[in-house]
Amino acid sequence: MLSRVADSCFWLSRYIERAESSARILDVNIQLVLDSEMQNGNADSDLWKPILSTLEEQELFQNQHGKLNGDDVMEFVTFEKANPNSILSSVTFARENARTVREQISSEMWEQLNRLYLHLQSPAARAAFRESPIGFYRSLVDSFHSFQGITDATMTHGEGWQFLQAGKYLERADSTSRVLDFKYHVLLPSGERVGGDLDITQWMAVLRSCSAMEAYLKLFHDRVTSWEVAGFLILHDNFPRSIRFCVGALDQALHSISGSGRGHFSNEAERLSGMLRSSLDFTTVDSIFQSGLHQYLDQTQTRIAEVSRALAETYCRWL
Amino acid sequence: MKGFFGKYETEGFFDEMFDADGNVRTHYSKILERFAGMDRASFESKRTLAEKTYLNQGITFTVYSGDEGTERIMPFDLIPRIIPAQEWQHIERGLEQRLRALNLFLHDIYHDQRIVKEGVMPMEIVRTAKHYRPELVGFDVPHDIYIHICGSDLIRGDDGNYMVLEDNGRSPSGVSYLLENRQAMKRVFPQLFSRHAVRPVDIYPQALLEVLRYVAPQGNPDPTVVLLTPGIYNSAYFEHSFLARSMGIEIVVSQDLVVNDACVYMKTTKGLQKVDVIYRRIDDDFLDPTVFRKDSVLGVPGLVDAYREGNVNLCNALGTGVADDKVTYYYVPAMIKFYLGEDPILPNVETFLSAVDSDRKFILENLENLVVKAANESGGYGMMIGPKATREEIEKFRAAIIADPRGYIAQPVISLSRSPCYFDGKLEGRHIDLRPYILMGEKTTIVPGGLTRVAMRKGSLVVNSSQGGGSKDTWVLDETEGKC
Repeated sequence: MLSRVADSCFWLSRYIERAESSARILDVNIQLVLDSEMQNGNADSDLWKPILSTLEEQELFQNQHGKLNGDDVMEFVTFEKANPNSILSSVTFARENARTVREQISSEMWEQLNRLYLHLQSPAARAAFRESPIGFYRSLVDSFHSFQGITDATMTHGEGWQFLQAGKYLERADSTSRVLDFKYHVLLPSGERVGGDLDITQWMAVLRSCSAMEAYLKLFHDRVTSWEVAGFLILHDNFPRSIRFCVGALDQALHSISGSGRGHFSNEAERLSGMLRSSLDFTTVDSIFQSGLHQYLDQTQTRIAEVSRALAETYCRWL
Repeated sequence: MKGFFGKYETEGFFDEMFDADGNVRTHYSKILERFAGMDRASFESKRTLAEKTYLNQGITFTVYSGDEGTERIMPFDLIPRIIPAQEWQHIERGLEQRLRALNLFLHDIYHDQRIVKEGVMPMEIVRTAKHYRPELVGFDVPHDIYIHICGSDLIRGDDGNYMVLEDNGRSPSGVSYLLENRQAMKRVFPQLFSRHAVRPVDIYPQALLEVLRYVAPQGNPDPTVVLLTPGIYNSAYFEHSFLARSMGIEIVVSQDLVVNDACVYMKTTKGLQKVDVIYRRIDDDFLDPTVFRKDSVLGVPGLVDAYREGNVNLCNALGTGVADDKVTYYYVPAMIKFYLGEDPILPNVETFLSAVDSDRKFILENLENLVVKAANESGGYGMMIGPKATREEIEKFRAAIIADPRGYIAQPVISLSRSPCYFDGKLEGRHIDLRPYILMGEKTTIVPGGLTRVAMRKGSLVVNSSQGGGSKDTWVLDETEGKC
């Protein structure tokens, strides 16, 4: 497969996953805000700031807007073209990449992505957004799910598909770590205690952002604690959005591309992903909290970025 | 007549659907019946469905205004153009003959130049053709085929006879519209196809791949074929990716290719892979910055060297642009006689060369009645239609012809045949042409029909998509059925 094509598949997939993740986070935050307003009458800015921290977009937003309010943040993260990570920008970049690899992906995938792009550009999308932001984000997430389903059902699971998988799981591991870190950025108002109602509500929001609420409750019933939520989202071996699961799938995709056996490596990308995978396999929640959750997540994000860089150097920009 | 055909007027033009007395031509009778039975609302809903299909598939070109690009679809008319079997056989024979002659001509001017030595065509014309490549004289191409893919534009005048308007022997585009138009028609009018014996067109990509494989260097039976595109911002990018997809070959940009030891390779995730045949949709000038345009960012350094060493083949060959020159066009009927000893089956449009003294005198005296064309422009550019031109335009062209007689030709104004097209609830006649796609490999293949291009503006004779032209599906009927 052409190196340029591999690169486009990888990024196409990352952008889709990034857009989906933003849509989820916004959906959940709107609900969180609605709850909080009823309880505390918090300032709008306090409730939306963590979103920007989670997405690492504070600086650009402040340059453009200065004062922070919910509508501006949603607009900025959803439709703002000047924000390279907005949902619209991500979908646009995904489509640009798809255009260059249309002979690799199936027509059905292209049409789904193109429809989504045309929709986001249209006045109808704005109207739907104004009508019900939650409904709007849910239907966006549905569209991304359709894209994933179409991809699995209509494209040969060959090399191109493996690059799509690598991009998807790498981005997803990164985004789950950011969603978890969200809790680090949300300050508990004075008077609220750790393990209190608001704390629990916030941890539940984190779970919902990863569609993990139901899966989590099956395991832990009605107990929502920081310890167990973090453990679940980082270390669960079968939940498809846990960091460990995603890194495992990334590692699998890399080995399918090179053909080397798991537990071995034939290039730097495989070596780094293998190391990250085994550290996740043999870590405990205790040791994560000992070193500090925020620090651990930060470090994980750095390691994920290193795998991405090594993958590009191995396959895409070697000449 | 009922429905929205009721008020249709042929207005004295040769009409594809109705004869001079307003009677429907037999090969259109069935479809007319079908459309006449439809009401405006259901026709409109079909039209919307077709447009949506194009938009969702991204069959669009980008129109820029300010810094915002909007994507538009190429206008598509739902009333098909129908060609009866016998008429098509005639066209097919004519096109095959013409391409055979053009390929012999290209081989000749890059070898012995018999056509010049025997006084049929002046060397001066060949030498001054914009796309003539003297550096290729003596160079052999696989199977002596220069133009593998040809698009020759056909028109019909007042008497309905088909004539060749021009030949496109470099990178004719538009074939994806031909194929997509058929898909769209099948989607919105499935019943029509079951009632008509329409010859299918979808063999094109496979036929093209066969040609590309056949002309591999050294007769390699299992060559690696790629399509070289200028990139996603090229207006024909949709077509490039469409064809690559339909043939199952890689689509590459010049940065994907590299030349080592006079061989071309593409950069893959598994290292370098040798490339044998390049279906290039890039003009000669932009292929290799070390040979042609040094300022080009497109192109693969060393590509022409690899080509001349015979390690890679290019389709179409380098230097075929001589055949697109409108002065060369003038000599095609003579070529057919010279190389084949046959009479041309499809005539040229009467053409005057301003490079010839007597012709030039006639042209300059009759500018307001003639169509003047620059010899080396395409896409509807560099052209003046005398009767529709302003005084200023006429004087501009007069000065240009005097300054560069070799650079222009003139033709009488042909009122192209018209076909009914749907506009706002009724049908109106619009001028059309036909661009068939002729493939030459081990054998010559022509997809039945071609792309019917429509001048969407009322009264306009310019059908090019760059000038606001649209298209419609083209049906060639199966001979066993006779009529429909």
